Amino acid sequence: MCSPTISPLVRVKRLLQRWGAHPEGHKRPSADTALAVLPLAPRLVLPLSQHIGAPARPVVAAGQRVLRGELLATAQGNISAPIHAPTSGVILGIGEAAVPHPSGLGGPAIVLEPDGADESVPLDECDPFTLDPAEIARRVAAAGIVGMGGATFPAAVKLALGQHQPIETLILNGGECEPYLSCDDRLMRDRPDSVIDGARIILRAIGGRRALIGVENNKPEAIAALRTAAAAFAEVQVVALPSRYPMGSEKQLITWLTGREVPAEGRSADIGVVVHNVGTASAIHRAIRYGEALTRRIVTVAGGAVRTPRNLEVRIGTPLSALIEFCGGLTTEPARLVMGGPMMGIAIGSLDIPVIKGSGGLLALTAAEVSDTAAAGPCIRCGACVGACPIGLMPLDMAALIRAGELKGAVAVGLKDCIGCGTCSYVCPSSIPLVQFFNHAKGELAARERARMKQAAIKELVEARSARLEREAREKAAAAARRKAERERAKAAAAAAAQAASAPGATSATPNVAREETPA
Amino acid sequence: MNPIISSPHAHGARPVGRVMLLVMLALVPATLGGFWRFGWPAVYLWCVTVLACLFAEAVCVRLAERPARSALADGSALLTGWLLALSLPPWAPWWVGAVGGAFAIVVVKHAFGGLGQNLFNPAMAARVMLLISFPVEMTQWLAPQLPDAGLATALAGLGVTFGAGLPDAVSSASLLGHVKAEASRGVALGQALAGQWDPLAAGLGARAGSLGETSAWLLAAGGLFLVAKRVIGLRIPAAFLLGVAAPAALAQFLAPDHYLPPLAHLLSGGVMLAAFFIATDYVTSPSTPLGQWIFGLGCGLLTWIIRTWGAYPEGVAFAVLLMNAAAPLIDHTTRPRIFGRRRDGRSLAAARRG
Repeated sequence: MCSPTISPLVRVKRLLQRWGAHPEGHKRPSADTALAVLPLAPRLVLPLSQHIGAPARPVVAAGQRVLRGELLATAQGNISAPIHAPTSGVILGIGEAAVPHPSGLGGPAIVLEPDGADESVPLDECDPFTLDPAEIARRVAAAGIVGMGGATFPAAVKLALGQHQPIETLILNGGECEPYLSCDDRLMRDRPDSVIDGARIILRAIGGRRALIGVENNKPEAIAALRTAAAAFAEVQVVALPSRYPMGSEKQLITWLTGREVPAEGRSADIGVVVHNVGTASAIHRAIRYGEALTRRIVTVAGGAVRTPRNLEVRIGTPLSALIEFCGGLTTEPARLVMGGPMMGIAIGSLDIPVIKGSGGLLALTAAEVSDTAAAGPCIRCGACVGACPIGLMPLDMAALIRAGELKGAVAVGLKDCIGCGTCSYVCPSSIPLVQFFNHAKGELAARERARMKQAAIKELVEARSARLEREAREKAAAAARRKAERERAKAAAAAAAQAASAPGATSATPNVAREETPA
Repeated sequence: MNPIISSPHAHGARPVGRVMLLVMLALVPATLGGFWRFGWPAVYLWCVTVLACLFAEAVCVRLAERPARSALADGSALLTGWLLALSLPPWAPWWVGAVGGAFAIVVVKHAFGGLGQNLFNPAMAARVMLLISFPVEMTQWLAPQLPDAGLATALAGLGVTFGAGLPDAVSSASLLGHVKAEASRGVALGQALAGQWDPLAAGLGARAGSLGETSAWLLAAGGLFLVAKRVIGLRIPAAFLLGVAAPAALAQFLAPDHYLPPLAHLLSGGVMLAAFFIATDYVTSPSTPLGQWIFGLGCGLLTWIIRTWGAYPEGVAFAVLLMNAAAPLIDHTTRPRIFGRRRDGRSLAAARRG
């Protein structure tokens, strides 16, 4: 079955576009091994920043006992998400801890010591189709659900979009185009009903007409399971996608499934589409149907250095070392540890870091898998990056401009349109770190923009201050002049009175007073 | 050491050295065909040209204070020498190969900044330099039959390459040269071609021509191998061949007595070699899809124009160099459309409804 409502012309155009790369999947054996539930770790670390946007604000204190699903930290601002206790236990403290971040720096986190009872707060079960759309969005926000594909954008914000503009199509992203990762595959195979139900709940929240679930054709079992689960619902369709990186990128997925392009200076909602990850849909299903907050997720543990690669259902906050241990430990010293997929995941320095809401994978890669032994060579202008770029950029030219410090020139040829997927770096025969150049340039531009805004703000303050000082000086001078004039007038009047009393013809004082007043 | 390692954490490309190796592999059949047909002098000339390129590369890289080993290991200098040798008359004296090889590497490649920086294809620029500087040596073709036994021994071959040069008795004209000469004498094309033109034999290399250019079918097979291996795209070769064949077909349709048939154009001279191995040179060809079509068509069309109306019987090298010069401009004007934007760079409009 192919994607519906797409004209033959678009289908042909789609076949001719050959962007992307075909990295080796490495999905097996982890994808075919049954999902296991990881036992509770003795200590859970919950970073306050597990989402895009402002960090959550703690509402518990050290020593306090909390239950599973209890609110630990509340959302701050519109783009933020609350954090809940993954199990019952005692808060050990709130402070700096190692968190998953590319910089390797720590961040604020709540530390929880489980008591083993795993006692839950009372759950509020309900039928989602009795709730109105705004209420669904509110409950999803309260459950702390963020984009589970790794972007960690608060899901409720996207659910509320339907209240501002018409959204016709929901797309569930089951592409999972990153090599190694199979957490979504496992979810779709084992819990297809939760994904389909989640899709229907989201459709209700956004007021959409149809839901398309895109799954790459390297996951036939997941496609079959979803189709069986969706058979009863005409508004939900499961569409097989070609396996190609980055098919799971939001823009590429939308274009493939609907034939429409998201404007460069717009959002998917502008063309009536909203995209959620299949994991997010499943989490929304649990939050609305059973009142469960987001406190666990499926994580793929894989890579050549892992003894038994598999998928685990893990409480948020569990240290990564516990996952590796459960999978039989490491067979060799890994060349690199990665959280997420190999194409866009972040390298991490140690296994003391906790699983967070966006952690789809933990990879322990061997030197052969990382294969970055070759030093970057000169660009031979082969054009592989031009053909691979899903956005239609010319990475080789952009990199050359950035290398020469021509950031403005790089922006002019599309630097800001780069989605950072890394396909160009992957296909470069000279091992040139292309996407790394672009990320550096974007960071540099952001830093310059911040510096510019800071300077503008300082300039404004300085100008306001000098204007104020000037005004005050002027007012002071005016007041002084006024007082002096008054004194003169009083003196003149007194003199006039005295003269009038003694002798006539003392009118010459009046023009003097008028001259005194002018400088004011 | 920098502790921050940025994604991607995987790399899936064929390294440059492997790319060059595949290109050389694809050249092997045509090269062996040339050796077999033209004998030991061709082998010697090939060796001299390749060695000259390798030596020049090593010297240039050392002058730039970089290690010579890694520069030689990427195979680009070897490939340049190989391609240049294939485009030379098979029994040319050794110094033609040596001078050409050194010129290709020193002047055309390293003076512009080395690998990836050269504007012109080194092999073609060197060939043109040789043709202009040494017109006699560069236009002495060997008769299309197999060399006789006397010259086929290794020792006698040495005499040809390093000694007296091509004996007059076996020299011959290439098809394009012959047609041009006959046309200038006012002989009709049909008469001039009589007994000279047999597509099958010509394609297999039984014709006068450069060392590696005569086996058109072997070259095409090697080129298709590279396309199948995704080393080169199909756009430039297809456009090149189309650019030669389409005007040739049109002209022949309009005036069959004056213009060579398209197949004769495709199988003569350096068209096959250039379409699959020279014009597809990454460095000197455009990298945008549309640009590659324009580049290939331009190469083909210029080749046909130079052959038909130019002073030289063969125009492939000139055509490629001219298009090389245009490649940066072509790249600049044929940038792909950016996703979500129109061709002029403005964002697509949001399709708001309701």
